Amino acid sequence: MARIDPRRLIAWALVGAGLLVMAAPFYFMFVFATHSRGDIFNVPPPLWFGSSLPANLGILLEKIPFWQNLGMSLYVASMTTGLNLLLCSMAGFAFAAYDFRFKDSLFAIVIASLMFPSYLNMVPSFLVLDFLGWIDQPRALYVPGAAGALGIFLMRQYIASAVPKELLEAARIDGCGEFRIYWGVVLPLVGPALGTVGLVTFITSWNNFVAPLVVMRSPESFTIPLALRSMQNPAATEWGAVMAGSAIAVLPLLIVFFFTSRRLIEGMTAGAVRG
Amino acid sequence: MRWNRRYAPYLFIAPFFVLFFVFSLFPLAFSMYLSFHQWDAARGLEAMRWVGVDNYLSALTDPWFRKSLYNTVWLALAAGIPQHLVALPLAYLIHTQLRKSRNFVIGAYFLPYITSSVAIALIFSTLLSKDFGVVNAALGTNIDWLGSADYTKPAVAIVVFWRYVGWNALLYLTALQGIDKEIYEAARIDGASSWQQFRDISLPMLRPMIYLAVTLTLIFNLQLFEEPFILTGASGAAREAGLGGVGQSAMTTAMFMYHLAFSDGNFGTASALSWILFAIIASLTWVNSKLFGRGSGNLGPH
Repeated sequence: MARIDPRRLIAWALVGAGLLVMAAPFYFMFVFATHSRGDIFNVPPPLWFGSSLPANLGILLEKIPFWQNLGMSLYVASMTTGLNLLLCSMAGFAFAAYDFRFKDSLFAIVIASLMFPSYLNMVPSFLVLDFLGWIDQPRALYVPGAAGALGIFLMRQYIASAVPKELLEAARIDGCGEFRIYWGVVLPLVGPALGTVGLVTFITSWNNFVAPLVVMRSPESFTIPLALRSMQNPAATEWGAVMAGSAIAVLPLLIVFFFTSRRLIEGMTAGAVRG
Repeated sequence: MRWNRRYAPYLFIAPFFVLFFVFSLFPLAFSMYLSFHQWDAARGLEAMRWVGVDNYLSALTDPWFRKSLYNTVWLALAAGIPQHLVALPLAYLIHTQLRKSRNFVIGAYFLPYITSSVAIALIFSTLLSKDFGVVNAALGTNIDWLGSADYTKPAVAIVVFWRYVGWNALLYLTALQGIDKEIYEAARIDGASSWQQFRDISLPMLRPMIYLAVTLTLIFNLQLFEEPFILTGASGAAREAGLGGVGQSAMTTAMFMYHLAFSDGNFGTASALSWILFAIIASLTWVNSKLFGRGSGNLGPH
């Protein structure tokens, strides 16, 4: 048997203890989702799964229009993602493959827009959306963020390295218009970048809380985070149902993360690490 | 329609700039304009009245504003500093001691970052409850984390720490992986211990990343909203919900701004407040860059 390096053992003990601390809240979320409100607050708290999941889902459906909320979240996140993939790849292509006047200054504006603190815009962009008559409309959530600067940045990086300019020239000689080149030549080559931008955009939109909080009014148009928050009740929160709802909001992300963690991490930290 | 090569790039980037103008630049200018006016939004644009710097003065003299600013800075430091004190050694441990499991481990630490802040705050609301919460059970205490003025801020800080420590560890791990291994090799041959290698090679080489990561934490923490908003959402009386709990003890400036605008309908003062907060964040970031930022890379988004 190989000798065990004591330093590695200590390292593993520390890292492992940290892992337990990181995992515990997720674990309790799933456990509590299967217990009634009364059972959750017991001494000691339940450490293993119970049988109240159906009852909790029943409460969830009764307290909030859960299916509409889920549908709204899916719809908004899908629209945001679709628009971002289209518009970011177009802009990224332009910045990667063309030389044009003001290109550097325009790209600097794209990057600078990443540093706009979002809360600074909270009040006035609410007023703009109100003026447009978009309050309580899903488009108030997916249009303002339809072309994220981080997506443009990632797309430009990828297209610059993955699409040779000779290919574009060849397409032009064959008589392709510029939009045809983008659609027919470039897009099929940038799948991995589309995947990364799509994942990051979908997850960010799915988790977004402040924007829906400001513009959504009727419970039917709430997204999942907003709907969960609406179940908070100073008198008596149905914690079992809230945990079941939270699990439904989080579980898809955990599954997606399991399969795509590297790509996702790269996308989420791209601006910070390579900026 | 056939896109001409000369105009095509402008057409390709146009959607971003249209959206940027309508939903970022124009609102920003409008918010500046608004901050010098008193306005009852219900009565339309004609009802705007020029009040000069009154909104700024009333924000600055508001005791709730000062309280919120104190809370914000308190939370920024109490949640921010430990993040880096833990994340840096953690990244170093993972980098030097773990091999095959490295990606799995850092991924697990990173997970809270991609999870819904609302779901996380709700989970912690149950874990931190007074009588039967898991945290109290584990610590053997009976602390009313979310219902007493003394403990609400620490509770929020714990949640924020938990959520972002993995993100910072990942930034540090990425930077560590970028350091040339031959430098360590040479140091080992010269007889440097692990601690000396950490202190004399890793730390100085990590300096730009430390600066970047601390700056991002600072910018993020000074805008803290969702975690305290949800964690204090069910505590105390209904009218206090979302206002930072008992005695507004965890009400951040962003929360106060939200309250001013969307509960009180006082858009003018809320706009002034957002510019004051912006000025504070910008100057702290500037001071930070003067103190620590020599020779550091660019600032990324958060």
